[in-house]
Amino acid sequence: MADAATPTPPAEKPATTTGILAPGYSFTTLTDKIASIALSRRTPFVWFIGAGVGFLLTMMLLTALTWLLFRGIGIWGVNQPVGWGFEIVNFVWWIGIGHAGTLISAILLLLRQPWRNSINRFAEAMTIFAVACAGIYPAFHTGRPWLDYWLIPYPNSMGMWPNFRSPLIWDVFAVSTYATVSLLFWYVGMIPDLATLRDRAKKLWAKIIYGMLAMGWRGSARHWSRYETASLLLAGLATPLVVSVHTVVSFDFAAGIVPGWHATIFPPYFVAGAIYAGFAMVMTLAIPLRKLYGLEDLITMKHLDNMAKILLATGLIVGYGYVVEAFMSYYSGNTYERFMIWNRLHGPYKHAYWALLFCNLVMPQALWFRKVRRSVPWLFVIAMVVNVGMWLERYVIVVVSLSRDFLPSSWGLYKATVFDWATFIGTIGLFLALMFLFIRLLPMISIFEMRAILPEAKVREEEAEA
Amino acid sequence: MNFEKMDIAEARSRLGALEGREYWRSLEELLDTEDFREHLHREFRVPIDSGFNRREILTLMGASIALAGLTGCVRQPTERVFPYVKAPEELVPGVPLYYATAHLMGGYARGILAKSYEGRPIKIEGNEMHPGSLGGTDVFMQAHVLGMYDPDRSQTLTERGEIRAWSSFLAAARLALEKERESRGAGLRFLTGTVTSPTLQKQLGDVLAAFPEAKWISWEPLSRDNAYEGARLTFGEPVETRPDFGRADVILSLEADFLGSGPDMPRAVRGFASRRRGANPNRLYVVEPTPTLTGARADHRRPMRPADIEAFARSVAVAVGALQAAAPTDPFVEAVAADLKAHRGASLVLAGDAQPPEVHALAHAMNAALGNAGRTVTYAEPVAGAPAQTAALAGLVHDMDAGKVSTLVIVGGNPVYDAPADLQISKTLGKVGLRIHLGLYNDETSRLCHWHVAAAHPLESWSDARALDGTVTILQPLIAPLFGGRSPHELLAAFSDQPEKTGHDIVKDFWKGRLPGGDPEFAWRKALHDGLVEGSATPGKAVTVRPDFQVEGRAPKPEPGELVLLIRPDPTILDGSYANNGWLQECAKPLTKLTWDNAALIAPSTAQRLGVSSGEIVELAVEGRKVRGAAWVMPGQAEDCVTVQLGYGRTRGGHVANGCGFDAYPLRTTASLWTAKNLQVTRTLGHALLASTQHQWSMEGRDPVRATTVDAYGKDPDVVAKMGEKPPGPDDTLYPPIPAAAYAWGLAIDLSACVGCNACSVACYAENNIPVVGKDQVSRGRAMPWIRIDRYYKGSLDDPETVFQPLPCMHCENAPCEVVCPVNATTHSAEGLNQMVYNRCVGTRYCSNNCPYKVRRFNFYLYQDFTTEIKKLGRNPDVTVRSRGVMEKCTYCVQRINRARYDAEKENRPIRDGEIVTACQQACPAQAIVFGNVGDPGSEVSRRKAEKRNYGLLAELGTRPRTTYLASLSNPNPALPPRGGAEEKAHG
Repeated sequence: MADAATPTPPAEKPATTTGILAPGYSFTTLTDKIASIALSRRTPFVWFIGAGVGFLLTMMLLTALTWLLFRGIGIWGVNQPVGWGFEIVNFVWWIGIGHAGTLISAILLLLRQPWRNSINRFAEAMTIFAVACAGIYPAFHTGRPWLDYWLIPYPNSMGMWPNFRSPLIWDVFAVSTYATVSLLFWYVGMIPDLATLRDRAKKLWAKIIYGMLAMGWRGSARHWSRYETASLLLAGLATPLVVSVHTVVSFDFAAGIVPGWHATIFPPYFVAGAIYAGFAMVMTLAIPLRKLYGLEDLITMKHLDNMAKILLATGLIVGYGYVVEAFMSYYSGNTYERFMIWNRLHGPYKHAYWALLFCNLVMPQALWFRKVRRSVPWLFVIAMVVNVGMWLERYVIVVVSLSRDFLPSSWGLYKATVFDWATFIGTIGLFLALMFLFIRLLPMISIFEMRAILPEAKVREEEAEA
Repeated sequence: MNFEKMDIAEARSRLGALEGREYWRSLEELLDTEDFREHLHREFRVPIDSGFNRREILTLMGASIALAGLTGCVRQPTERVFPYVKAPEELVPGVPLYYATAHLMGGYARGILAKSYEGRPIKIEGNEMHPGSLGGTDVFMQAHVLGMYDPDRSQTLTERGEIRAWSSFLAAARLALEKERESRGAGLRFLTGTVTSPTLQKQLGDVLAAFPEAKWISWEPLSRDNAYEGARLTFGEPVETRPDFGRADVILSLEADFLGSGPDMPRAVRGFASRRRGANPNRLYVVEPTPTLTGARADHRRPMRPADIEAFARSVAVAVGALQAAAPTDPFVEAVAADLKAHRGASLVLAGDAQPPEVHALAHAMNAALGNAGRTVTYAEPVAGAPAQTAALAGLVHDMDAGKVSTLVIVGGNPVYDAPADLQISKTLGKVGLRIHLGLYNDETSRLCHWHVAAAHPLESWSDARALDGTVTILQPLIAPLFGGRSPHELLAAFSDQPEKTGHDIVKDFWKGRLPGGDPEFAWRKALHDGLVEGSATPGKAVTVRPDFQVEGRAPKPEPGELVLLIRPDPTILDGSYANNGWLQECAKPLTKLTWDNAALIAPSTAQRLGVSSGEIVELAVEGRKVRGAAWVMPGQAEDCVTVQLGYGRTRGGHVANGCGFDAYPLRTTASLWTAKNLQVTRTLGHALLASTQHQWSMEGRDPVRATTVDAYGKDPDVVAKMGEKPPGPDDTLYPPIPAAAYAWGLAIDLSACVGCNACSVACYAENNIPVVGKDQVSRGRAMPWIRIDRYYKGSLDDPETVFQPLPCMHCENAPCEVVCPVNATTHSAEGLNQMVYNRCVGTRYCSNNCPYKVRRFNFYLYQDFTTEIKKLGRNPDVTVRSRGVMEKCTYCVQRINRARYDAEKENRPIRDGEIVTACQQACPAQAIVFGNVGDPGSEVSRRKAEKRNYGLLAELGTRPRTTYLASLSNPNPALPPRGGAEEKAHG
């Protein structure tokens, strides 16, 4: 950490928490600070621990999936009537987490919110990795995963097409489009920074690899012009995806007939939930990162405060969803709908539902207080609680609804097996491993975008001095 | 060889020089002459100097390898195979043939038709002509065929575990007989089950004639001693009671489970259900200590302790004038007696086999007093004689213990496992000099016998048997014995003068001249074809109540709080003889919905008092004999009564049977075959995993099963429709109407007729190659039945109303499963079938989630056994065997629909109504299920659906199910409070 190349802001001017960039930076020091993480700074010991844990858990994931292919889906806890369990819970959870990245990079870009510049890069990376983790579940949860390609409409000699009425087919399109656009957006946005790394790299291999990834970027005006157009276009493409992906995911349930699934509020409620979960995850990642790499100047309290506000706002929308769900069940007068809410409150899974209400509805109310929003430990705790709460929400929707539907004779309980847990924790491991590789090898904060906000920050700084 | 120089003297000297045991092959070799060496070299290329020669060795090695291939060119002996130029008569590949034969339960025949493909029986159906079946079946008949293909069956004849030839056995039997001849067979004993086979009776009779001192003992664990003893008490002679349920208006059952078990069950259910579907419904009163299917169908039921049943029977007997005594009365007794008296000559009182003889006697007396004899109940000579089986077995064991038995032949049965515990038969068996056991399995008994003869399955052998009414069926084999087993007839032949006689000859020779009709060959063929010998039923017998008829009180009432143990047969594996049958183990017990286990059933109030919960392991102790097993809280169980079922806890029953449940036989003694007093229940703080297929007891205020009374329905036929939300009409949709096809298949299930017996469910397993998944998977909620029986309770815990609902696929016209399948693996046929394309299924399970009826079944693992060869023989070749990872469900037996379609198209006509019979419909003894074309208003299914009590399950969801239900109508006595303790509440 005590690397000579690390610029430290003047000691007499402590980093203020009002701006989106701490004062005292120049173009050079800013670039150095970010690029050095990938290029020259010694890798902190914590990184090895984190990446090691992620790697081991990834191995566990691979073991669990191999056994799944060998034995069959029965190693999980799914049964009759609960045909979907952890795998779909986790799928929706991961997909939801990804949303914050797209929201930050696309919608906030279009809305000209420069504070996003320091968090968008790793938020996008989070999106990619979360979608990768999410994609594992639907791919492996089928009874015969080797035939998954039948869900893709491809011309074949049988003349068979998928069933375009099935929400699962919509899912295939929505998620694959989302993954593609997110990946492109992330990569295109990284090209100027990859060129910076190429130029600053001292080792041959680093020069070659970054050079290839930078795709010949020279920073000419023409390049910048093309770049601006491309990123605007991609942002425009990605923006509807923020809404569409989770809307389509919610159709998996809303188009079903199961009480607890069949609700018109699901699309907006799911989208809000996704953004909610996503921001919680961004905070979960940002808070330790800025500490670990001393990035408090770049990811300032202003950022955390803004994200906390979004968390609060989306949390309220999600809470509204819960209230409307409960009210409509009552108001419909439908036996099955009423029972569904009663069952959530009093049934065998009531602990999950009450915990979910606490995590998603009660706990985030603390964010009304400025003191809480400005307290890093509090924010971290709340973000973690929301992560858990959003997982529980999907658990309640998927498992609890299925476990007791129309005919009491068919009611049954679901119990996750050790393989359910191994797969779930394994994807968390995969996510961690990818994340650690990313922060070690790629610029985790957008260098050129931070440089873009530097002049404005300087002006503010001077004004403040004057 | 001819050598010139042959020197004998030289040879002698050389021989003298040899040491020890050195062999010489010829004189030439001995002399070791040059000529000989040369000759050897010429003939065999043996190197003259015996030193190793590398080249020679390599040459020889090369040549032998090259020549090794030529050994394949050896001419094989000529064995002619015959091409299939001339097909055997009647046999068309791919078209099944049906053979009439019989399934035996407790020795009694129930006629069946065995469906055979290319010589392999794959499915059992009822024989409509046979009085024991009338076309219906029970679970045991359905599972019969699986028992034959059981790979655990014993496959060899063994003597002390060593495999022997049949001829060695015959020699051993001959030797034993010679020994016995001196004492005129004083040490010879034959132990059989109940034998109704005229041929076997004759064979045994012949042996006993040759050996007058020998004895034949019959023993069935589910013995009917009490029934015969009761008849003897009343009439002075042990007669068979033959009730006619179709003619009875009012039935009082004193724990007679005629709808749930026993050899007569299909006939009884048919008669009972015919009165439930009709306009003139009967009324059923049941008093019983432990819930049964009969109790579930009762209009009025009282849970009673065994001693109370006797008192109750006495009170009713007094009230109907069958007994002259003073007895305390209560409103229930009075109402029942009044109802019985009001239906003089059309009522029926029955006692169960587990009831003491006194209760049987009271029932007989009541029937006599009510004028029912000759009308709703007739009497006849018992077809198997009526020996007191328990006493006979006790006598046998006594003789064995005294060393009087030198040769014991056990013909079928498993007495070491199922004999009363106080006889300690496994200990005394060792005192018998020669023990021979014929059995399907190498079981507990065969382990203790010298000789074990692998038995041929009834579907593999010739035999004959009588139904409960005496009708004879000749059992014909469907296949040559798979493991070369022997039938009881062939075993008995070993003890006769013609030991090598085949089963076919034995049975046919017996019937020569005994069959009705002129030409004996024609008569034989007709008997085989029909599955019964016409006019062979035993004639009715007029009996009168003894003038000195009096029934002594038997047992003093137990102290309040004293626990009573009830020992009863298991609903699916009976006395343990079906324990190795996977279909029956996985078939949920009708009331507890448990699979793979028995349990100690305890009334809710008693469980509360003892602090016992379901699944807890308790120790049951009677007079120092102890058994540990899982408890199960049973609504409707009489207070202070604990019921255990027989048949579990097998140690040598086979892979399926071993390790399931607990063995209740150690609690059973000759004195307490069915009931034991002074039971001690101790909690052990252990828990057992019990795999139940239904966890919810009540309908949760919903109306899946709609039930009302005959009166309410008569007053307002719309009462059934009013019970649920009004379903949307066919036009309440945005989609264009579905064009009508030539046929629109549909199913109607009459809940008034259904008794919940599971026959349809097991039939479906057999017809559709449904895999057995095992206890672990069932407990995880992965059982595979395509048609399940839902059981709901209503009302109080202590005596709830019980209803059943068979649930196959509804074949919804707007099927929620179809829209959500991403790969079009489940689609709708033009004729309205919701069909599953296994090959296309990737297994997302979305369809199952979206099925409101939860009738779809998923292959979470590779459940089918693709490796055991013998199991492949038993599968239905018309139905795909599903692999891992695909969804499956009821198809309305599409293979049967298509079979009928081929036949109809060949004859250029439409499919007739009733031509297609689904497996569940065929099996149903109550005729509760009807399949057909709902597009044809004249079809039987349309007529049923036109009834006002027809309703669609969850039709309010807009699924438009093709399977619909006819509401259950009960016929309670207005003088009594309705069942379940609570008033019939309006639904909604």
